Order: sequence, then C-alpha cells, then structure tokens
Amino acid sequence: MQFFGGSEISPSPPVPTASGNNAYMLYIFNRNGVCLLYREWNRPLKTLNSQQDHKLMFGLLFSLKSLTAKMDPTCVDKGNLGVPQLPGQGCSFHSFRTNTYKLSLMESPSGIKIILVTHPRTGDLRESLKYIYNLYVEYVVKNPLYSPGAPIRCELFDTSVDQYVRGLG
Amino acid sequence: MAPAAPRSDEAIFASVEHVNSELFTLTYGAIVRQLLTDLEEVEEVNKQLDQMGYNIGIRLVDEFLAKSNVSKCVDFKETAEVGFKMFLGITASVTNWDAEGTTCSLILEDNPLVDFVELPDTCQDLYYCNIFSGIIRGALEMVSMKTEVTWVRDMLRGDDAFELKVKLLKQVSEEYPYKDDE
Repeated sequence: MQFFGGSEISPSPPVPTASGNNAYMLYIFNRNGVCLLYREWNRPLKTLNSQQDHKLMFGLLFSLKSLTAKMDPTCVDKGNLGVPQLPGQGCSFHSFRTNTYKLSLMESPSGIKIILVTHPRTGDLRESLKYIYNLYVEYVVKNPLYSPGAPIRCELFDTSVDQYVRGLG
Repeated sequence: MAPAAPRSDEAIFASVEHVNSELFTLTYGAIVRQLLTDLEEVEEVNKQLDQMGYNIGIRLVDEFLAKSNVSKCVDFKETAEVGFKMFLGITASVTNWDAEGTTCSLILEDNPLVDFVELPDTCQDLYYCNIFSGIIRGALEMVSMKTEVTWVRDMLRGDDAFELKVKLLKQVSEEYPYKDDE
C-alpha cells in the first residue's frame, strides 16, 4: 500500500520514538460512513486530504468485509459479490498486517467500526478495541450533548482514549 | 482493564450503577404528567412518548452491546430477556413466536414505571408505558431490523400483565453510503 509508511520499504519499521506509543492512528466510523473520530499519534506521511482519507478507509473496510465473507470456506449461504450484507452475517475480518503497520478492526452489530492502526508487531487487539467501545458508550453515547451520527467533540472521551492507547504495549 | 467474556444478565445488572427506583418511577410520572399538560391530546402524548423512547433506544443499543457481549447474530429472544434485566432489573419473557419467526410477544410481569399509577377516566386511551415501544423500535433499528411494536395487554387498563407485540417488518442491509463518482 503506497500511501501509508515511508517511501523506502524496509523489513522492519523504525522503533516508535515516543515511549510506549505503539499506535499510529485511530478511526471510528458509524454505519453510514460518517467518520466520528480520527486521532493521530504517529503518521509521518499523508497523501490525501482528510475527507478522502476517511472515505478511502471506510470503502476499504466495506469491500474487505464483503470479500472475506464471500470467500468463507465454512459458510453455506453466500450471496453474489457486491450484495449488501447485514452487519451480523457472514464472517468478518478483524485485522490485517503489512510490513510497516497492522490494522485492527472491531465492528459492533449496531455498525460502529473502530479501527486502530499500529506497529506491525502488535498482538491481538480485539480486547483493547472492545475496551475503546466501552469508553465510547460511557463518554459519548451517554452524553446528552452529543447527537448520534455527528462527529464526536467530547474532550473527556478524547483524553481517555489517548491515555488508554498510549498505554498499549 | 478489558471487559471479560459474556456474563449472565444478573451479573451485568449487579455491576451497573443503580438509581433509586422510586425516583425513577416518580420522574417518569412527572414527565407523562407534563406532556399531558402541554399537549392535551392523549394521542399526541402517545406519539411523543414513542419518539422519546426511540431517541433513547438508538443510544441504549450501544450500551447493551458493549456490556452484554452477545454474539454478532443477535437473536430476538436473548436480546429481550437480557436487555430488560440489564436496564430495569425486571424479568421479561419472550413467547408466542409465529410460524415465520418474525413476530413475538414480550411479557412483563412487573413494571417499575407503573408503581403508584392509576389512569383517570379522561386518559383511558393513554399508553402510559409507550416509551418502551419506542425504545425497542429504536434499538432494533440500529441493528438493522425495522420493527413495529404495539401493546396487546396493559395492566393499567385492567389486564393481568403487560404484553408487547414486536413484529419484524424487514431487515435493512448495509448499503455503501458514498456515490461512486464523488
């Protein structure tokens, strides 16, 4: 993938300079493709403006989910490629890894997608993503000033996510 | 720090913060009373309660999903039973599945909202607990199920229990939200 990472491809990426900071970016999308939150800790190269970047990310996940569901060897009932799926149906991928980063995804049945891009040697982040989902529920969903479907402007949520992600080993 | 594997509904109910049930009942009563004063029409109040319930439901679903840890293919039965227990501490039973599995009845034996409540003669058409139908409708819509929720039995009108009929109208699939040429 040419838009993330540096221009020369090395077998192992540089060690993160900030101490204990393994994470590069975080995205949160809702079921309509609206990017609710985008946080960045370590992203040296940006090739697209943020709107295009969000659309690209959402589109990538949408297509990947569709592909992985269709290629599932254990599933009996498969529609044609491109037919919209219900959020609960079919298998869904939860991470992919390249030589420069690892992307982990968690999707709730209500369509909230939490994506964390980290150092490639990070382990399984599913529990961490669930924890971030819990944070989302506590600070955003229960916030009466937040209207569902709008980008999140909630300081408390930002700081708690920041704190948690920086602590991920 | 991360949450554990699926827990029983009792365990979840015990772990969330509780509010005084009388405060809750009286607050709800005050809301209905105020709506009646403001809107005057009983039908309008029913609609407004449903709308309020809908707004609650769309947020409640995320909390439910985060805390109860149910698997992706959410099953009606499990959702209803765990949901009511988690948020209200009451037991709901799911019965009367029809042949296609698209309609079911939710039966509530006791209901904290109606403690101390009696419907006066002028409000006999009021569905006092209509907020429940909105909540269920809103929550299910967020998990791609369009439903219709109606009251079958209402204890405030003399029946022996509260019964809600939930009917699945259709399942809405995820559509790619962006137009291709943008």
